[in-house]
Amino acid sequence: MEDTALFTYCMRLADDSAILSQRLAEWCGHASHLEEDIALTNIALDLIGHARELYTRAGQIEGKGRDEDALCFHRVEREFNNLLLVEQPNDDFAYAIMRQFLFSAFMHPFWEAVMNSKDEQLAGLAAKAEKEAAYHLRHSAEWVIRLGDGTEESHNRINDALEFLWMYTGEMFECDDIVSSLVARDVAIDPMSIRHLWDETVNTVLARANLERPAETWMQTGGRKGEHSEHLGHILSPMQYLQRSFPQAQW
Amino acid sequence: MAVAAKILRSELDQKAWDAVCDVPDPEVPVLTIEDLGVLRDVHVQADGAVQVTITPTYTGCPAMSMFAFDIEAALLTAGFKRVDVKTILTPAWTTDWLSEKAREKLRVYGIAPPNGKASHRALFGEEQVRCPKCSSANTSRISEFGSTACKALYRCSDCYEPFDYFKCI
Repeated sequence: MEDTALFTYCMRLADDSAILSQRLAEWCGHASHLEEDIALTNIALDLIGHARELYTRAGQIEGKGRDEDALCFHRVEREFNNLLLVEQPNDDFAYAIMRQFLFSAFMHPFWEAVMNSKDEQLAGLAAKAEKEAAYHLRHSAEWVIRLGDGTEESHNRINDALEFLWMYTGEMFECDDIVSSLVARDVAIDPMSIRHLWDETVNTVLARANLERPAETWMQTGGRKGEHSEHLGHILSPMQYLQRSFPQAQW
Repeated sequence: MAVAAKILRSELDQKAWDAVCDVPDPEVPVLTIEDLGVLRDVHVQADGAVQVTITPTYTGCPAMSMFAFDIEAALLTAGFKRVDVKTILTPAWTTDWLSEKAREKLRVYGIAPPNGKASHRALFGEEQVRCPKCSSANTSRISEFGSTACKALYRCSDCYEPFDYFKCI
C-alpha cells in the first residue's frame, strides 16, 4: 500500500461516521415524536453517505480489493478506529442529543477546514459534508438549549449526559504521527487548529442552555488504536449480522 | 440546472442527453435530473458506450441508485447499447443550480423552493419561508428535517397548511 497514513485517516473518519450512524439508526421508530424520528434518521443517512465515500476511498488506497462493505462489515472490534464518543449508548434521548452536539460542533469546522485539503477527493467530500454537518449542529444545539433551559427533569438529564460524555471529548483533538504526517502534506488538518471554534460553539450553546461547562478532567482515549468501551461489540453484532451470515450479499 | 446543458455537444451526445434529461426525481417527481442539476455530463464514447456523470444532492441520498437505474433504462430504450453511470462529488451540489422554472414547478407542486443563494449560515436564526399555498410569510418551522434529506418541514400560520421546504444548501 502506497499511502498507509491516508488509508488510516480515511478509515478513522469512516468508522466515526458509520458507528454514529448506527447509533442514530437505533432511534428509528423510537424517538419522542415522528419529526424527531425522521430528523435523527436523516442525520444517520448523511453519515452513511460520508462513511461510504471514505470506506470506498480507503479500499482504493489499500488496493487489496476490499470495498465499502468489506471494510465496514467484515472487521472485528479491535480493527475499528472510531472515537469512543460515537459508540456511547442511547441510554436517554438527552445522551443521544449531547453526543451529537459535541461531535457536530467539532465536525462542522473540521469539514470546513478539510475543504482546503490537497487531497482532491477528501476536499470534495468535505465540501458536501460541511453543509450537512451545519444542519446536524443546528438541530442538536437547539435541543441542548430546549432541554437545558426546559423543566427541572430535562435540565437534569441533559446535564447528566454532558457530565458523562465530557471525558470522551479530548480524543477528538488528539494528533498522532499519522495525522501529523498528513498535516505536513496539507492533506489533513491539525485538530487543535479548530479547538477554539469548538470551544466557542460549546460555550455559547451551554450558556444559553443554562448548563455549566464541566471542569477539565482526565480524558478517555483508545478508540484510534482499537481499544474500545464494551459497547462497540454490541453495536457491531446487529450491524454486521447480515454480511456475516450472507457474505457478499448485495441489494 | 442546466449549467452543463448550455455546453455545445456533438449530435450523438445531444441525443443521449435528450434521452436522459427528463428522468424524474423519484421523491420530487415534478423535477427532472436536469432541473436539479444532478445530471452533470453525458458523453457517447467511441465504442458506443454512454458515460453519464451525476452528482448527489446529499451525500447519503438514497435516490442515487434509482437515478442510475432509470438513466440506464432510458438510454437502453433510446437504442444505446451500453451505459456507465459515474457519480462525482465535485463541484458540490447546491440549490443555486435550480432554475427559476424549477423553483416555480416546486411551488406549484406544494413545496416551498429554496430561499435565495446558498451561503454560510449562522448557527441559529430562522429562514423566511413563504407558504407555497397562500404565499403568506407567516410560517414556522416544525422540523429541520423533512420527508427526504433535501427538505425541512414547515407550517403556515395563516392557512394552517403544513408543507415541505426545499432546504437551501
